[in-house]
Amino acid sequence: MTESAKKIGGVEFRSVSRRYGKVTAVDQISFKVEPGTLVTLLGPSGCGKTTTLRMIAGLEAPSEGTILIGGRDVTLLPATDRDVTMVFQSYALFPHMNVLDNVAFGLEVSGVPKAQREAQAMQGLAMVGLAGFENRLPSELSGGQQQRVAVARALVLEPEVLLFDEPLSNLDAKLRRKMRDDIRELQSKLGLTSVYVTHDQEEALAVSDRIIVMNRAVIAQEGSPSDLYRRPVSRFVADFMGISNLLDGIVIARADGRVKVRCGEATLDLPAPTATAADDVTVAIRPQGIRLEAEAAPDRLPVTVRKATYLGSHLEYVLDSDAGELFVVDPTSERAVPPGSGAWAAFRHDGVALVPRGE
Amino acid sequence: MFRSHILWLIIGWIGWAIVPWYGFASTRRPATGDWPPSGLLAGLGDAPWLLPLALFLALPVPFVLARSRHTGLALIVGGLGGLVWMMLEGSAITHKGWAWASLAGLFGRLPEGQPGMGFGAMITALAFLFFFTMGLAARGAMKGDRFTTGAIGFLVASIALFVFWPVSTVFSQAMLPDGDISGATALYNRLTARDIWSLGCITGDTRCGVVWNSVVLGTLCGVITTVLGLAFALVAARTDFPYQRALRLLSVLPIITPPFVIGLAVILLFGRNGTVTLFLAENFGLTATRWIYGLPGILLTQTLAFTPIAFLVLIGVVQGIAPSMEEAAQTLRAGRWQTFRRVTWPLMRPGLANAFLVGFIESLADFGNPLVMGGGYEVLSTKIFYAVVGAQNDPGRAAALGIVLLALCVGAFLVQHRWVGSGSYTTVGGKGFAGTPAELPVWLKRAVYGTAIPWAAFTFLLYGLILYGGFVENWGRNNTFTLRHYVTAFGLDWNQYGLLWTGRAWNSLFTTLEVSAIAAPLTAALGLITAYLLVRQRFAGRATFEFMTMLSFAIPGTVIGVAYILAFNQPPVELTGTAAILVVCFVFRNMPVSIRAGVASMSQLDKNLDECALTLGANSAQTIRRVIVPLLRPAIVAALVYSFVRAITSVSAVIFLVSARHDMATSYIVGRVEIGDFGLAIAYSSVLVVLMGLAIIFIQWAVGERRIARPTPQAPAARAQEVAA
Repeated sequence: MTESAKKIGGVEFRSVSRRYGKVTAVDQISFKVEPGTLVTLLGPSGCGKTTTLRMIAGLEAPSEGTILIGGRDVTLLPATDRDVTMVFQSYALFPHMNVLDNVAFGLEVSGVPKAQREAQAMQGLAMVGLAGFENRLPSELSGGQQQRVAVARALVLEPEVLLFDEPLSNLDAKLRRKMRDDIRELQSKLGLTSVYVTHDQEEALAVSDRIIVMNRAVIAQEGSPSDLYRRPVSRFVADFMGISNLLDGIVIARADGRVKVRCGEATLDLPAPTATAADDVTVAIRPQGIRLEAEAAPDRLPVTVRKATYLGSHLEYVLDSDAGELFVVDPTSERAVPPGSGAWAAFRHDGVALVPRGE
Repeated sequence: MFRSHILWLIIGWIGWAIVPWYGFASTRRPATGDWPPSGLLAGLGDAPWLLPLALFLALPVPFVLARSRHTGLALIVGGLGGLVWMMLEGSAITHKGWAWASLAGLFGRLPEGQPGMGFGAMITALAFLFFFTMGLAARGAMKGDRFTTGAIGFLVASIALFVFWPVSTVFSQAMLPDGDISGATALYNRLTARDIWSLGCITGDTRCGVVWNSVVLGTLCGVITTVLGLAFALVAARTDFPYQRALRLLSVLPIITPPFVIGLAVILLFGRNGTVTLFLAENFGLTATRWIYGLPGILLTQTLAFTPIAFLVLIGVVQGIAPSMEEAAQTLRAGRWQTFRRVTWPLMRPGLANAFLVGFIESLADFGNPLVMGGGYEVLSTKIFYAVVGAQNDPGRAAALGIVLLALCVGAFLVQHRWVGSGSYTTVGGKGFAGTPAELPVWLKRAVYGTAIPWAAFTFLLYGLILYGGFVENWGRNNTFTLRHYVTAFGLDWNQYGLLWTGRAWNSLFTTLEVSAIAAPLTAALGLITAYLLVRQRFAGRATFEFMTMLSFAIPGTVIGVAYILAFNQPPVELTGTAAILVVCFVFRNMPVSIRAGVASMSQLDKNLDECALTLGANSAQTIRRVIVPLLRPAIVAALVYSFVRAITSVSAVIFLVSARHDMATSYIVGRVEIGDFGLAIAYSSVLVVLMGLAIIFIQWAVGERRIARPTPQAPAARAQEVAA
């Protein structure tokens, strides 16, 4: 499968929209998925990410715009004729066929001879670690095994693009971690172009080459996992990526590629952000970007410790300040600051981002 | 000590000591003006065997008053003892005296027997039953829940009395000695009679046995209704057919149509004087014959009547196939036809088998259509009828035929039960957008349209004819407009005494409405309580209990009719000729549908809801009333509508149970049809259809809707339709 000479194609959306009556599910979005990479569509439910995925598969037709796969315009091509396969959220394993028949189904309807398709299906099953399960029915498998069958079934057709629709949402937390690593490993080993839909930011960070964050039918931000986490461009993205401290700030000076931001009683001197022209900003601070200090300084915020939780590997604090509540993850778990005591919150500069106020 | 213990003790004593013991008021001969004697008075007079009941009534009293630890045991012994004693004395002493000669030898002859049990006996028996169940609850059964034990006890006892006991009398009747022939031989002779099993029509010399007629008819009916039902279901669920509402209406119409009405319309079209027949005779010189009477006619009418049932079964099946299955097939490069053949069709197969069996059972149990359309083609249900009411009047033969029909229906029901229980594919539940169903292959879509649309048009035509036929003088011969039939049936007159209901149909119409209006809420209540027990309570024998309640659905109406007249025309439970027997018959025949409706919607309610109510201090009855019932409104509507409508339209069991005093609309209409008075029959049927339509609207309005969903701008279903469009 890996040695096949087949060209691995990318996916491109050019101002694609999808409307249901008055409701717009996807509004004028454009993006590119480079060949061989895994791109995640991330967003809250109802943001349009699943509709986008289904349009790549051909299960949903765009109301306007152009979709290209491997450089070819496939906008009007039905699912059957696209070289795209999909792992469904519910797995959609055919309950009346055994595992082998399920995996071989795509080859069978493509007219591959029996012996060959069974050999290929066995190979696919071996790849997901399910050799020996050929004759089971889907109902006789655990959730994780069903999910592997669904992956194998999508893989054996050697598609140009492989789609995942929240593939891990029906698994328990532990299994989810393992499956996520397995999927990523398989994808990079085979060099498959993949599009992955999820609403779990941690999952998205773990599996993706690039992440497209969607909100209300449009793309909120696109970038590498670390881009999104370190440099969110809006309050929504910062919040959705798990940057939980969002304080109001005012830009008081800009000079030499740096800005001075007033946030409560502290004045921060930061590298100039890309997106903020306005002076009213939201200061987004990662929980790991705050340290507690005993001495005052101009760039530190006076706080009161409301709660301290010891979690073995780290400490978690909830702090009260004039600027608002702060949540802190402190990896040095030796010396806890007791609740009720006052302290100074110091900010690591790479843990702080400025985004426009509002939204 | 609980209040309910005291309450039922008092009720028990009242039932025995004060309320007239024998007979129901309606069957009572005009007496001297005195109340008929209570159990106590009769016991002191001619019926000393009623006195020991006082012992059983008295036994729990001291325990309850003293709040003894042994109250439970005392209640169990008192209740069980009382019930057993009532059963013994009831069956040992008939209206003629001792039931068995040996008892007369033992106790001496009785001057006279005893009549059937009445209100007093009924109340006392109920009290004994609840002593027993309260005793069990006090001993810790069902976590001490008196309501649950009581409900189970009541349901089991009433199903035993009104389903199993009558059916068992059918068996004993079939074993009645015939002249010199012993019971076993008579049973064997009756069950193996040539006119039941003969295969003469294949060898060519004689007719085939009635079983084969029924089986051939049932099989054909099952296959055709399944095919048509599937076509309709595919049109409704998988195409963008613009007249979906008309299709839905089509599926409701036959439910509110008395079973033989369609037969009437078919006769008006294809009978010897039918419109089509006359047209063909005049224009093409085809001889007008009676070809429609017999297998073709029955099959046609049954197909018209039962296709909607197949549709309702199959629409669930088609809609139940997760669209993601078909989407998965498409992304795996299967075309429309491959998707249908390899995925959609196999997933529908168990549902198709189910629809076939339903059609088969309905056809076997159907009585109205074979009666009207049968001609010389005899089927089991009509043969049973003629064995009872015809010149033959041979209950033994009717009973034997009943056993054969029962065996066929219950057999098919068991097969179906297995199939649905194990073979159906439940889709693995996933969250999120369910996807859109695949489109049908083009030629299949054409075939489906080509089948469903003409059939729908034909059905609507027939209904048009029914309405029209009530307004013409004499269909086929004299097509002038008249209101004569309506006046004959529903005429009103004024004279000096006031309003006169001169129409001939008023009597049966009022009885029908009264009986249906009494039966419907009872059926719904019993059915929903049963559903509650099945879904929410775990008890030993639950599966058997469920099976028992569903089994009564598989018993054909004619068999129930015969069974009821055999079982309830003599003491201890004498009900024939009363309205009560009609009510009881409807309640127990239609209960399974209420149970299904209740089970289906109750399974969707989170068990935590009622557990929460229980932990907040509500008891089972309060939980049902305050939490479950409000959430079950749709099921309640379904149960009420169904039981009301079925009580009005059913004819098979009813025809055995009506009396001059309590005639029902359907049996009256059948009588009109039999003497060829089609105009009146059709006028009356049209009125029934309209009345039932109004009743359905009224019930929906009265029960109201369940409001839990927040209003959404656009429902997913509407979205899916748009996507398809």
